[in-house]
Amino acid sequence: MQHDIPTQSFGPLGEPMADAIQKCVHCGFCLPVCPTYQVHGEEMDSPRGRIFLMKEVLEGNVELDEATPYIDKCLGCVGCITACPSGVGYGELITAFRATSEEKRERSVVDKTLRKFILETLPYPGRFRLAATAGRLAKPLKGVMPGRLGDMLDLLPKSLPPAQKLPEVFPAEGERRARVALLAGCAQQVLAPDINMATLRVLAKNGVEVVIPKSQSCCGALAAHTGAASQAKQFAKQNIKAFPPNVDAILTNAAGCGSGMHEYALWLRGEPEESAAAEFVKRVCDVSVFLEKLGLRETPSLSAPTKVAYHDACHLAHAQKVRSQPRALLRTIGNLDLVEIPSGDICCGSAGTYNIEQPETAGQLGHQKAQNIASVEPDAVATGNIGCMTQIETHLREVAFGKPIPVLHTMQILDRAYRGEAL
Amino acid sequence: MSAEQFFAELRRIYPADRLLTGRAQLAPYESDGLTSFRARPSGVVLPETQQEVIDTVKICHKYEVPFLARGSGTSLSGGSVPIEDGLVIALNRLKRIIRYDAEQRVAVVEPGVINTAVSERAAVDRLYYAPDPSSGPVCTIGGNVAFNSGGAHCLKYGMTSNHVLGMKVVLPDGTVEQLGSDSLEGSGPDLTGMFIGSEGLFGVALEITLRLLPKPEKYYTLQAAYDSLEKAGTAVAMVVASGLLPGAMEIMDRLSMDAADAAIGAGYPKDAKAVLIVELEGTSDEVEAEKPRLHKVIEESGAYIIEAARDDEHRLKIWKGRKSAFSAVGRLSPDFIVQDGVVPRTKLGHALKEIDKLSEQYGIRVANVFHAGDGNLHPLVMFDGRQPGGLEHAEELAGEIIRLCIRLGGSITGEHGVGLEKRAYIGEMYGEDDIEFMQQLRRSVDPLELANRGKKLPSAEAPALTSVGAHPLEKQGIISRE
Repeated sequence: MQHDIPTQSFGPLGEPMADAIQKCVHCGFCLPVCPTYQVHGEEMDSPRGRIFLMKEVLEGNVELDEATPYIDKCLGCVGCITACPSGVGYGELITAFRATSEEKRERSVVDKTLRKFILETLPYPGRFRLAATAGRLAKPLKGVMPGRLGDMLDLLPKSLPPAQKLPEVFPAEGERRARVALLAGCAQQVLAPDINMATLRVLAKNGVEVVIPKSQSCCGALAAHTGAASQAKQFAKQNIKAFPPNVDAILTNAAGCGSGMHEYALWLRGEPEESAAAEFVKRVCDVSVFLEKLGLRETPSLSAPTKVAYHDACHLAHAQKVRSQPRALLRTIGNLDLVEIPSGDICCGSAGTYNIEQPETAGQLGHQKAQNIASVEPDAVATGNIGCMTQIETHLREVAFGKPIPVLHTMQILDRAYRGEAL
Repeated sequence: MSAEQFFAELRRIYPADRLLTGRAQLAPYESDGLTSFRARPSGVVLPETQQEVIDTVKICHKYEVPFLARGSGTSLSGGSVPIEDGLVIALNRLKRIIRYDAEQRVAVVEPGVINTAVSERAAVDRLYYAPDPSSGPVCTIGGNVAFNSGGAHCLKYGMTSNHVLGMKVVLPDGTVEQLGSDSLEGSGPDLTGMFIGSEGLFGVALEITLRLLPKPEKYYTLQAAYDSLEKAGTAVAMVVASGLLPGAMEIMDRLSMDAADAAIGAGYPKDAKAVLIVELEGTSDEVEAEKPRLHKVIEESGAYIIEAARDDEHRLKIWKGRKSAFSAVGRLSPDFIVQDGVVPRTKLGHALKEIDKLSEQYGIRVANVFHAGDGNLHPLVMFDGRQPGGLEHAEELAGEIIRLCIRLGGSITGEHGVGLEKRAYIGEMYGEDDIEFMQQLRRSVDPLELANRGKKLPSAEAPALTSVGAHPLEKQGIISRE
């Protein structure tokens, strides 16, 4: 698509934005895979429509504030990247657009406050734990809370698991086959600390020593995807420094964090750390990718036959192109029957803070996802992202299905299988 | 009667979120799959019921406001570009399959139903809807009807018009008519046929009765590699002359193979100048009997690699690559013009050679990917719109290719329609009297020329258009855009 974007005036991010727009041929192949287009059925809520809108804003033909309601509705699931035959870098476009437009936006006081609260809380496990505990206590007050705050409370679990202190080094069992560093994740540590513990045990079982650098910070994905560019940059710089060079890989066990870390070179474009970031990115991979490549030392088995539905987290499947590895790992587990979820390519509606910012759309997508999962009648759901887990758990509760269906991380399932347990 | 009153009446039907008038709401509707044409409508409505569509058309008629009924906006001829200051009726929310009857093998659908959704619905009964445009997972049945869409398999099965039995339509004055019926053998003139391919000039289809076919029991798909495009083209005529009627025969040249491989990883033969994809389909017995005959012809045609699809997954990949090729060319060039000319099958090899010559002469890359079986070419003329004169130069070449098709006894469009893009050439294809007859027919249904004004036929009142450059015929003073 032709454009007249004054590329230079948008700083280092001008070029990647213009490149993405130029590649779009407006063919519409992104429409059927876009969750918001499926829900709303209007062009502004489609990837191609948003690309057009962003182009118009960057060219100065449309006011930013007119366009933001539609840009904001984008989940950032990047399902459109998988579908796009022309190779449009939609992820780079939307991230860069949000980063460059945030300071020009006019937000309401409520919006600003909520946003500040999220950005000052979620990336910090200590603060988040405090807030979540307070929120849990406030659950009965939902009726008198303003809408979105009330919706946030809905997502909090009934009880928080006890905090788990992570060791700085978790040694390998038996002969050491590899040494890696792990990103601990923020919300995940508070909501489901067992994911990290399970990851450590599974890696150890397979001869992998894990280092958890103390000085690491939040990955910054949450900040980047909400346009808080300077916070994202700061986190990225801190992590590039924090992770040691002498490890075989830098692992993540949350899809959102992994895809965020893969964007470091984009976030730091034009900064002195840009080339260091590009090198860093090459070393980052999801735990399932690393483990599948390494090969499991011994194949575990669940104690009872279990039907497991695998849910593709968008930030694994679409953003990192990781689809086969977690499935391959799960298939090696004895007594485990892996099934696919119909319309599995469509986002569950979690998408970082999306279920806080766009609760209505998020709710519809969550409900659809839960119905699709229930339709294959699994005993459990496996996935690789804490955000999806929370969202799917919430909505599975609404879908009448007789028995509760646990939602677990792929590493938790492997961990239980190694211990010969059931799910 | 003013625009204010017009919108006041629309507001009685539509809540604010289904009557779009904001700048940011309208901008994404300005273009379809052909972005070099743009026009801004005065509003977009999102009806959710057929009655809302009917009422909208009535209001347009009352206030004499031209309107465009739009599906997914995948048109490659500018057919779904809005009419400047007209209304867009976006039918995407009318996507119900109203009736599905496996025994009768029909499905009655609303216009916003996606093409492949019909086959998905019918899959349980091993039935399917045959027309398969490359944009099948995106485009709507309503749009298919408007443009009489074809696809790879129309070689054997024909176009949309061969698969629509009847329709309920709203005419441009708001009256509702039933055309055709459930039966294949209708009585009286084929009004359904007249409506199909009219590019929206006769009104809006509300319900479309589609014919479903039993799914072929077996497919046999092979790829043949050639060292020249001309040889591949000649092979197509040889296959048909041998008495075989494959389900589809498609050719891709090196450029389009590269683009599709980059997008899908389809694995087309490396180094080949052209690949011919041939698909036999039918009962197992039929396919088995035809296989050796096909192989013999392909060998004689000079193919240097003949490879059959290994399994169903490989077959789907070959097709996915082929069907993504247009969009994938976006990887090779920032801009391109997709053409749709048709030549008689026997002149395919000749036409391809001529196009190659023209490409060289103009110094412009032309990728070729097309429905070879029915001689429907899709040359993709690549250019960079930011280069001064880039578009004009490319359009000149495109014009020469179209004239070549007419000269060889073919057509300016096989399936994409005339739309805006080829309106200038319809006068070269038909005589003045022929066009005048078409105009009379159109005005007898729509004297005010409200429905999709400015498309397909030269219009008394041509819409103001925003294009990135003057059309070559415009420069010659043959057409004008006011």
